[in-house]
Amino acid sequence: MLNHDSSSEWPKALLQHRPDSDSQRAEEPLARRSFLKLIGVGSFALGAFPLGAAAQAGATTPAAALKPTQQPSAFVKIDRDGAVTVTINRLDFGQGVQTGLPMILAEELDADWRQVRSVHGSNDPAYVDPVSGMHITGGSSAIRNSYTQYRELGARARAMLIAAAAARWQLDPAQLRTESGAVIAPDSRRASYGELAEAAMAMPVPATVTLKDPKTFRLIGQPTTRLDAAPKSSGGQSYGIDMRLPGQLTAVVARPPVFGAKLVSVDDQAALAVPGVKKVLRVPMGQGLEVVAVIADGYWPARQGREALQLGWDSRAGEKVDSTRQLAAYRALAAKPGTVHFDADLPSLGKGPRHIDAEYVFPYLAHAPMEPLNCTVQFDASGADLWVGTQFPGRDGEAAAEVLGLKPEQVRVRVQMAGGGFGRRATGGSELVVEACRVALAARQAGLDAPVRTLWSREDDIRGGFYRPMHVHKARIDFDPQGKVLAWDHVIVGQSIAAGTPFENWLVKYGVDKSTVEGMREPYALPMRLSVHHPRVNVPVLWWRSVGSTHTAFVMETLIDEIALASRQDPVAYRMKLFGPEAERHKAALQLAVDKSGYGKRKLPAGRAWGVAVHESFKTVVAYVVEASMKAGRPVLHRITAAVHCNLAVNPRSVEAQIQGAAVMALTTCLPGAAITLKDGVVEQSNFSDYPVARITDMPKIEVHIVPSAEPPTGLGEPGLPPLAPAFANAVSRLTGKRVRELPFPTA
Amino acid sequence: MPTLNVNGRAHAVDIPAETPILWTLRDTLGLTGTKFGCGAALCGACTVHLDGQAIRSCITPISSAEGRQITTVEAVTGGSDRVGTAVRHAWIKHDVAQCGYCQSGQIMSATAFLKSLPKGKRPTDADIDAAMAGNICRCGTYARIRAAVADAARALA
Repeated sequence: MLNHDSSSEWPKALLQHRPDSDSQRAEEPLARRSFLKLIGVGSFALGAFPLGAAAQAGATTPAAALKPTQQPSAFVKIDRDGAVTVTINRLDFGQGVQTGLPMILAEELDADWRQVRSVHGSNDPAYVDPVSGMHITGGSSAIRNSYTQYRELGARARAMLIAAAAARWQLDPAQLRTESGAVIAPDSRRASYGELAEAAMAMPVPATVTLKDPKTFRLIGQPTTRLDAAPKSSGGQSYGIDMRLPGQLTAVVARPPVFGAKLVSVDDQAALAVPGVKKVLRVPMGQGLEVVAVIADGYWPARQGREALQLGWDSRAGEKVDSTRQLAAYRALAAKPGTVHFDADLPSLGKGPRHIDAEYVFPYLAHAPMEPLNCTVQFDASGADLWVGTQFPGRDGEAAAEVLGLKPEQVRVRVQMAGGGFGRRATGGSELVVEACRVALAARQAGLDAPVRTLWSREDDIRGGFYRPMHVHKARIDFDPQGKVLAWDHVIVGQSIAAGTPFENWLVKYGVDKSTVEGMREPYALPMRLSVHHPRVNVPVLWWRSVGSTHTAFVMETLIDEIALASRQDPVAYRMKLFGPEAERHKAALQLAVDKSGYGKRKLPAGRAWGVAVHESFKTVVAYVVEASMKAGRPVLHRITAAVHCNLAVNPRSVEAQIQGAAVMALTTCLPGAAITLKDGVVEQSNFSDYPVARITDMPKIEVHIVPSAEPPTGLGEPGLPPLAPAFANAVSRLTGKRVRELPFPTA
Repeated sequence: MPTLNVNGRAHAVDIPAETPILWTLRDTLGLTGTKFGCGAALCGACTVHLDGQAIRSCITPISSAEGRQITTVEAVTGGSDRVGTAVRHAWIKHDVAQCGYCQSGQIMSATAFLKSLPKGKRPTDADIDAAMAGNICRCGTYARIRAAVADAARALA
């Protein structure tokens, strides 16, 4: 999941790094494929003729000169029976945009919500993020960036339906109104959207539309059950892993045990003897690297075949990472200033009346989405189809085209509902898709004429890299007895996520990766100097739900708490005092969490303590007030009161779910063993046995409250995560008298 | 050729007897509601019922299902199973799922648990936690799972 700052710079940054960059193509306004293909029998994509017919005939831009992202035809389909199908331009991997985006569109369409469904989009140009111009799910940006887009799409479709009714009844469109999937005339005649869809399809797409006054919203703001709640409660929801094409084969891939190791020998005799195994293939991955794909009828024989392989790897060339040595090296780096990110005039440190000298350590973390990674590829000389749960379908399509020797427009990336992701399905090099395409290509070259699904095991996932980077923070703070910070010198050590990826130009500025430092200092007005070291380490790293804030929020919110207590102030009152003028939403969220929790008013049972933290990430502020205790030397979280400021809450039920879920994921980062470590270059963990995640038995009571607001909505996928661990740690420190300076929490 | 009884139907399957039930269901019979999560009985995504008992199908070979009844999420929530139906309704009512990938397994564990309760017994949160502790949800839907299981128990009482 990506930082959102300057997101308008994304496409430029990417184009510069694209070997086959072609700005003509990037700026081309028309979809290459007609949306007519989307239309099933008896259903109508509104505006399909104006866009689709023009595109097919090779004519110029349709009359309204709207971008593909503004054409209702790509987003709304209405069946004769009135069913409205909304296409979402993002990946839904749990965060609820497959309900939130249709709610926004249906609101302006005045659809009957009971008739609304949603489907995923593809790498079609219509489905780019309208702000960045890229196909992207990340940075908690879906609702934030597509709120106005989906409102306008709904309003355009509604106007076309009204136009169709006006033509049928020979009335002025201005006399007509809409309600719950029907157009209604002044004399109470009604025509359902289903009846009108075919005629509406031929109506011009209006260039401009008037949107509703938010006060009149009937759907937006209502707690709404997910559109996929029923299939997800009966085993009926299909995910990428469930793709079953005729003749489909499954590939299980043996990858280097040390990142970057070279394959030197393959003994596949035993593997080929496994019933169901078709081929064992050495698959070139570029730069002299190879993997070995075992291709079989299904996952089990492929997996058995891989177990039977005897492979030789040469790992002498690359660094063999050892976590213990790495930590020592990071600590040594943290003792020295790095590249300065922001500066302040600091008096000589250590001379203040009060002083903190703190070091924090954070491990590598795997995303471990429940659905193991997979990608199904079907291709021939005329084109390719990919079925994959991806956050970057556009880049994936281009990467697939390059591997398969096709043009990008010949590749259709069909975005599949994904079983979690948390950033793992967004790699700048499209590594998952590239590997799956290389495997499919190798299979074809070996005479297997079949679609190939590359499927990872859980062990592949845990050991596969692309982790949240390991970090060390070093803070030296002088403050006075009143808690006024006099000087704060801060050093962060951690790999740059963007370095060496197409995102480098966009994210790395003056030697500092913005995703490393996001969440530092703000919203507190502090005299802080922040510098950064970005060591190069032979471990691939990636954004992990809430990215930099996974560690910066922990450091900032525990240190602020420490200063408050050291100056004998209530941590809530201290924060309220310290907030800068830009922090009104922080104040509102923290106050709501305090009020609802009973903090400072309610007496806690013996042995329990309060913990507080508040943090903004991706434009949404979340505050937590928690209650914790120690049980047999182990911290236990009992109760969480959350308050969220996300401006207008489009679907409060979804807001609650995202906060609940992010809190659990954050809780996992506190649990013993929640770390990826390496020894001799090899990842030491492999499955949920040694990389534990929170279970229902760890689940505290949780209440989520939303600060009322009518401002345009901000996102929810990530912001619930950062402040939970520091709130918990602050409670633990109250109980033990010791500050918690690492995640996972140290074991006694 | 091993014969597998799945959801009341017998299937002759031409695959090795040590193949796990999970991959037989998914890749051979096309019943994809049962999910692959860890392959090591650690996460519960693959939970099915074997003669009514919740088991981890990812490590259970089809040989151990000979002559026994396998029930999957498709059948348990298909309408004819009173407890499964109550669980499905509670799951929808509480809007439990996020990504939803683990929920087949959660529902199978919840259904087996509710069926194991003495008639009229209402489970506590601790009972529910103990019964559901083997099922991981990475999205963190545990609060709603707890509420949904309790609600289903109420509906069945």
